[in-house]
Amino acid sequence: MASMDKKELICICCPIGCVITVTSHEDGTLDVKGNSCKRGEEYANKELTAPTRIVTTTVRVRGASRPVVPVKTKCDIPKDKVMECIKALKEIEVTPPIRLGETIVANVADTGVDIVATKAVE
Amino acid sequence: MDKRVDILIVGGGPAGLAAAVAAKKSGADRILILERDEELGGILNQCIHNGFGLHTFKEELTGPEYASRYIWQVEELGIPYLLQTIVIDISASEAVKLVTAINKENGIFTIEAKAVVLAMGCRERSRGALNIPGYRPAGIYSAGTAQRYVNMEGRMPGKEVVVLGSGDIGLIMARRMTLEGAKVKMVAELMPYSGGLKRNIVQCLEDYGIPLKLSHTVIDIDGRERVKGVTVAEADENRKPIPGTEEYISCDTLLLSCGLIPENELSVGLGVSLNPVTAGPVVNESLETSVEGVFACGNVLHVHDLVDYVSEEACSAGEHAAAYARGGRPAEEHKVTLKCAGGVRYTVPSLICVERIDKEQVVRFRVGSVYKDVFLTVYYNNTVVIKQKKRVLLPGEMEQIKLKKVEMEKFPDLKTITVAIEREG
Repeated sequence: MASMDKKELICICCPIGCVITVTSHEDGTLDVKGNSCKRGEEYANKELTAPTRIVTTTVRVRGASRPVVPVKTKCDIPKDKVMECIKALKEIEVTPPIRLGETIVANVADTGVDIVATKAVE
Repeated sequence: MDKRVDILIVGGGPAGLAAAVAAKKSGADRILILERDEELGGILNQCIHNGFGLHTFKEELTGPEYASRYIWQVEELGIPYLLQTIVIDISASEAVKLVTAINKENGIFTIEAKAVVLAMGCRERSRGALNIPGYRPAGIYSAGTAQRYVNMEGRMPGKEVVVLGSGDIGLIMARRMTLEGAKVKMVAELMPYSGGLKRNIVQCLEDYGIPLKLSHTVIDIDGRERVKGVTVAEADENRKPIPGTEEYISCDTLLLSCGLIPENELSVGLGVSLNPVTAGPVVNESLETSVEGVFACGNVLHVHDLVDYVSEEACSAGEHAAAYARGGRPAEEHKVTLKCAGGVRYTVPSLICVERIDKEQVVRFRVGSVYKDVFLTVYYNNTVVIKQKKRVLLPGEMEQIKLKKVEMEKFPDLKTITVAIEREG
């Protein structure tokens, strides 16, 4: 019998927070149990191999009624790139008008993922 | 400005917006939203993190994006609203409600409404309400206030942070402050479990190595001008600090995330009965309060953890308000009282008029502590009609159950519906 490694994860894909049990087999395959949707399986696989996160933060705005505009990564990026992404966004300033969904930074921290505005600024 | 409307909605946050859209779509014509902030969207504007809208839009949105979806609908449907307008009084005389408000442009004015939807949201429990002794130094904020400073006003409240309370806003802010360069030293939670969503403990605390100390609380705040540190101690099962467990933690900022309280001053002024458990109005199946024609939804009714459920609830309140304003609702004949048992703290609604249910009735509730491998049981009088196995029930997560009208009609002498948590006996 091949040695198995069992790990319990809490899925972060949605607010349900399924408790997922992942069993890693010696041949490298993973057994995922406890998830209530497909995203949970995907999450568990990623979390044990290459964890990713969506980053939400703000970027400085010049000349608008509010000094910052909220932004996010268009999709999840490698977890170890989160701080680098934040740092890159600290160094920029944007000017209105900004459309909701507009690209603020392309390919942030060389992740291949764009930063987009999550609110319109007049 | 129209001084006479069919439906007046107090508050332009997620609940008010969804109620307005639903009321308009179900045929109400003259609707007016009054909002005290300078933009619509309410608390969503400062909730820049993702995780909103999975139920409603089947995609994961940030707070401002979620708000935009409803603001667009309000604009598209041409529903009027007034910003920077504060409602100061609501009164009812016969079938008419008088809503008095103030803004810069119009001064004090009164609007006559057939129906009113209360959608004022909630407030954070303050330091005063927590009875933490000590001076009043700068550096103590409710987590939501800090969230507004950071996410909307672009200001950082401090550099070294302790968070008291593990509600979702506290967890979210622990991560947010970390991303903005602060050192978050600890999240202390008085209860033996967190009040926040599990996913937030993972992605906001564990991801950043922030310790969560359960059964711990802040017993002293050091500093006269500015916070210099806090003393944290372990709490026993009666939530009292255990002598000898004190630990001093230096910090310049203390964030409080210790619960939310529905904001019902206006409701009380109007004479609406409140439920002491939720601190929100007692409502019936139509989400109508004890004052006829006055409806409530969202966090003013009971504190939610998911905005999707706020929208759903508010949609129902909006439709019922429209039906009331239109007139001709079925007469109330078969009234049923909802009761809770075995760990269920409250239900919304707490009264059902069977004739006024469309096809099914959503009943939302919370439990009082952590339950594992239990049954959620619903009794019609003394008969079990629903028995669902639940792996885990948490106080921090609102539950809901749907009751079918056809099932209720099978019990002509139905007087009470009991929602209970039971162990297999």
